[in-house]
Amino acid sequence: MNRLKSREDLSEVRRLSEERVEGMRCRILICAGTGCLAGGSQKIYEKMCSLCGNDPDAEIVFGPEAAHKDGIDVEKSGCHGFCEMGPLVRIEPYNYLYIKVKPEDCDEIYNTTVLNGKPVERLLYSMNGVTYPAQEEIPFYAKQMRLVLKNCGHIGAEHIEESLAFDGYKALEKALFEMTPDEVIDVIYDSNLRGRGGGGFQTGYKWKQVARQAETTRYIVCNGDEGDPGAFMDRSVMEGDPHKMIEGMLIAAYAVSAHEGYIYVRAEYPLAVSRLKIAIAQAEDAGLIGDDILGSGFSFRLHINKGAGAFVCGEGSALTASIEGERGMPRTKPPRTVEQGLFGKPTVLNNVETYANVPMIIMNGSDWYHTIGTEKSPGTKAFAVTGSINNTGLIEVPMGTTLREIIYDIGGGIKGGKNFKAVQIGGPSGGCLISSDLDVPLDFDSLKAKGAMIGSGGLVIMDEDTCMVEVARFFMNFTQNESCGKCVPCREGTMRMLEILEDIVGGRGTMEQLDLLEELGLAITDTALCGLGKSAALPVLSTLRVFRDEYEEHVKEKKCRTGTCKALSSFTISPDLCKGCSKCARNCPVGAISGELKSPFTIDQSKCIKCGACADNCPFGAISRG
Amino acid sequence: MEYMTIDGIKVPIEDEKNILSLIRKAGIDIPTFCYHSDLSIYGACRMCMVEDDRGRMFASCSEQPRPGMVIHTNTKKLQQYRKLIIELLLSAHCRDCTTCTKNGMCELQSLAYRVGVHAVRFTNNKEELPIDMSSNCIVRDPNKCILCGDCVRTCSENQGIGAIDFAHRGSKMQITPAFGANLCDTDCVGCGQCAVVCPTAAISIRTNVTEVWDAIEDPKKRVVAQIAPAVRIAVGDKFGLPKGVNAMGKLVKALRIMGFDEVYDTNFGADLTVMEESKEFAERLKSGENLPLFTSCCPAWVKFCENRYPEFTKNISTCRSPMSMFSPVIKEYFAEKDKEEGKETYNVAIMPCTAKKAEILRTDNCTGDRQDTDIVITTQEIIRMIRQVGIKFENLESEACDMPFSMASGGASIFGITGGVTEAVLRYMSPEKDHTAIENIKYSGIRGKAGFKEASVTFGDRTLNIAVVHGLKNASDLIEDIKAGKAHYDFVEVMACRRGCILGGGQPVPMGPATRTARMDGIYQVDQLSSIRYTDENPLIDHIWNDIIKGREHELLHRNM
Repeated sequence: MNRLKSREDLSEVRRLSEERVEGMRCRILICAGTGCLAGGSQKIYEKMCSLCGNDPDAEIVFGPEAAHKDGIDVEKSGCHGFCEMGPLVRIEPYNYLYIKVKPEDCDEIYNTTVLNGKPVERLLYSMNGVTYPAQEEIPFYAKQMRLVLKNCGHIGAEHIEESLAFDGYKALEKALFEMTPDEVIDVIYDSNLRGRGGGGFQTGYKWKQVARQAETTRYIVCNGDEGDPGAFMDRSVMEGDPHKMIEGMLIAAYAVSAHEGYIYVRAEYPLAVSRLKIAIAQAEDAGLIGDDILGSGFSFRLHINKGAGAFVCGEGSALTASIEGERGMPRTKPPRTVEQGLFGKPTVLNNVETYANVPMIIMNGSDWYHTIGTEKSPGTKAFAVTGSINNTGLIEVPMGTTLREIIYDIGGGIKGGKNFKAVQIGGPSGGCLISSDLDVPLDFDSLKAKGAMIGSGGLVIMDEDTCMVEVARFFMNFTQNESCGKCVPCREGTMRMLEILEDIVGGRGTMEQLDLLEELGLAITDTALCGLGKSAALPVLSTLRVFRDEYEEHVKEKKCRTGTCKALSSFTISPDLCKGCSKCARNCPVGAISGELKSPFTIDQSKCIKCGACADNCPFGAISRG
Repeated sequence: MEYMTIDGIKVPIEDEKNILSLIRKAGIDIPTFCYHSDLSIYGACRMCMVEDDRGRMFASCSEQPRPGMVIHTNTKKLQQYRKLIIELLLSAHCRDCTTCTKNGMCELQSLAYRVGVHAVRFTNNKEELPIDMSSNCIVRDPNKCILCGDCVRTCSENQGIGAIDFAHRGSKMQITPAFGANLCDTDCVGCGQCAVVCPTAAISIRTNVTEVWDAIEDPKKRVVAQIAPAVRIAVGDKFGLPKGVNAMGKLVKALRIMGFDEVYDTNFGADLTVMEESKEFAERLKSGENLPLFTSCCPAWVKFCENRYPEFTKNISTCRSPMSMFSPVIKEYFAEKDKEEGKETYNVAIMPCTAKKAEILRTDNCTGDRQDTDIVITTQEIIRMIRQVGIKFENLESEACDMPFSMASGGASIFGITGGVTEAVLRYMSPEKDHTAIENIKYSGIRGKAGFKEASVTFGDRTLNIAVVHGLKNASDLIEDIKAGKAHYDFVEVMACRRGCILGGGQPVPMGPATRTARMDGIYQVDQLSSIRYTDENPLIDHIWNDIIKGREHELLHRNM
């Protein structure tokens, strides 16, 4: 694209971009998020391109030569969020959403839908006997409010023209030409946009603090180091609508007079890195990043910094240290990042989702923003829903939506019709919510009151078969591995907690250890240096509070009611039910089962490795886990 | 004046940058492992946490004092947490206290006692890590490391080297040279400042006490001790004498009791250095070549320059250090007698310095194939030896060193402090030799604790521009300025350790503010009380010069390059 030198240039390109999209007879959007790509969507894209006669590498051009002979546009989109059903293909203008698409389905899609506008029924989503041709009507989507993720899945993620056609950089235009930096800060401040990275700190307040520092060199940093197990909100935005986040950063930079910014993104997100690189290069070409943006006199440069995958680098001071080339370790505060952040200069540090909220607030105003969500937590929140739930995926709902709505209305309930047991919210730093919390509104303050936190928005759903002690052990193992090792409570304390939890799930636990576990947890929470350390014990403390009986069962009775803890479980064959078919013995990988045909078999407990293959294969249900 | 309240005590806020300093001012010795006033705030040990009147807890080292603040340093909760933190440290720490080199001096041990840890409820499951014995100066035992990071910050912030840093995460974190290399394969200069700040024995002095006892026991060896200027004022307080007191006489007596054959004063070597280095300086001033002249007394500095600024090694004086000048002179002095008696002279140098242990092995400090100094032991090691013997050091009668190396100038005695070498050289070069001349040099700006000092001294029609730096980071900054053409000097004195040898890596620890001041005062007092202040007035020099050195200056007194 030619460099845009003025607001008028941008309007003209936007008009052309919109015309181009509107002029298409048919738009085929193939999900190229990480999940669908793993499911083979690149092949679907290539096949579709060849069927429609599109050159996958072609750049977008406007004018008469742009019109495809058949008016068909094949685009790689970002994540739709309905990952359970991927690979996904959306076809406009019909809004059909095809699920679990394979390359072999492309011919039929082309012939039936692209050429004749009819849906391929077998690829549509259906639930309880109802088939949903339009994506928006599928219950998974119908109950959501997709504002940040609005364009994810609906636009091509590798073309800036696609973003421009869907209001991209409109808010930047408004900020640069209709607002002063202070007015921008005021709108964000009044909107009470709270940081989506976990803490829920007021974004506008942060910007205000940076703007009033005496030091004039300032930085804008975007935290894309999403490290919670099971969280992929930020990844989806970076992959699916990178320009929205970049626009948010540009507006922040304008507001606090910063001229340089960094996106810190984990190296484990190669697709996000590549989409961001493309987006930045295209925005630079278009003159939306660089010197004298759109002739406004405002200049901004943006760099990508790849993190090496340390969870702790999501902590602000560790993140800035990592960008500086230092070891990613949090430092003591004060001074805070707003005073002395990156390279010791005042720094606005927000996460991806927070920046992606900014353009729509600038466009629609703070009053509009307050109509969404709750009074103290306005707006929406994206959640990555994983675990034992039917519709695994990425959703966006207004703040204050209850867990029940998310799990049962959007998520389609617990897998296999099992009972809900708990949800781990906020990742390894968060806490556990249980069935009595299903109607707690999910917002920053309600969760804090519950001893949990929204975190970046990971929801791991657990059913009745989940052992909560093992869950606590899992998270403690994660935290210990990811502790930077700087402060004593986090480095040694989490290790001692992990050892105790290992003892408990291994059947060696004592009641004294249970008290010690709690003592350690409380001490770490009070004394650790950084947010990661202070919250490291939360999964243990919250499960210990709610599921103490399960812990005690492990310790006193050496029993794991879910059978998850292998050291505590044993398999026995009921002599009454066993018919002596020998199937169990044939399936046992270690030869622990023996017996004579047509008489009850027995398990040698000293050889048994508790894999459960016998119970899974017994045709008579004669083998039980105890 | 504004105040805050600490444990009910009203404490005025002056220029304290953190609450911890204010707590100490209030007379409360709040425990900490990782806080050092001359290093950056690290905040990792969490021992200095305090509680405010709203129950909020924070580390006092990293919080700024605010007027009206009310804090408590010793609530029940804090006591419990401190105990638990020590317990956690001990849970991952080698607990062979009774056989540890730091036994009785270990800060972890003493704090465990102080906060009342009587049992550790955790087993130590930590994998045993290899001990790094590769350096000639210091030993690194990662099994005793509590990861307070004091050594890391000392090495990078004060010394500008960064030979060690953190590696790995979580409970696997270690302090190690990059890529797990041995210390001898890094830029480590052996200054031992890391060992000075180490609260445990994770970094300790490489000890050579056994070799010295073996030599003393060997009838074929003439064991000669020489005592460096900074040792005498640091040795006494470990035996109950006042800090900084000159205990030279008692030390001489102790060494004789222990069985040393001859006891000499390294200050005699320093007088030789003053003469040789002044001559060299005068020659360079005349020729204008290789200026500024850098001093060469400090082996850690010489190594640092070779590692980091090889292009400046030609500027370093070719003079050996006082110890390394003195040793060959001693060996030459006894050469004939040794032959007659069938003995071998064995030079033991008692030094405030760990880097000297490596200096003696350098081939440029040997005379031909002969290693001139046989062994170096530090002040800490000589204290240990005195204790081994059970000598009541504090009650000893003072004795003088043996002739003919018992006399030295006051100028030589201040070699142990920053600016001292410069002062002695200037005294030697000064055409005036009266009290006023001494005072003029003293107040020229080369004394004091500032890390970088400058002076201009005029002798006749020549003005000499002089810089004095201590701490290798300061040296590095100065060289960068010289390279950039921003600074021009004729003479630059560098000492690797801050304040010079009085706070050397081999000196007794801890070296708190009171100790520092006392040692500084002590060493200047030695000069003040010397009957001769100028090297050129030392009556013994001429005699030795004519008998031994004359014509062999370069062989015996200079590094053979």
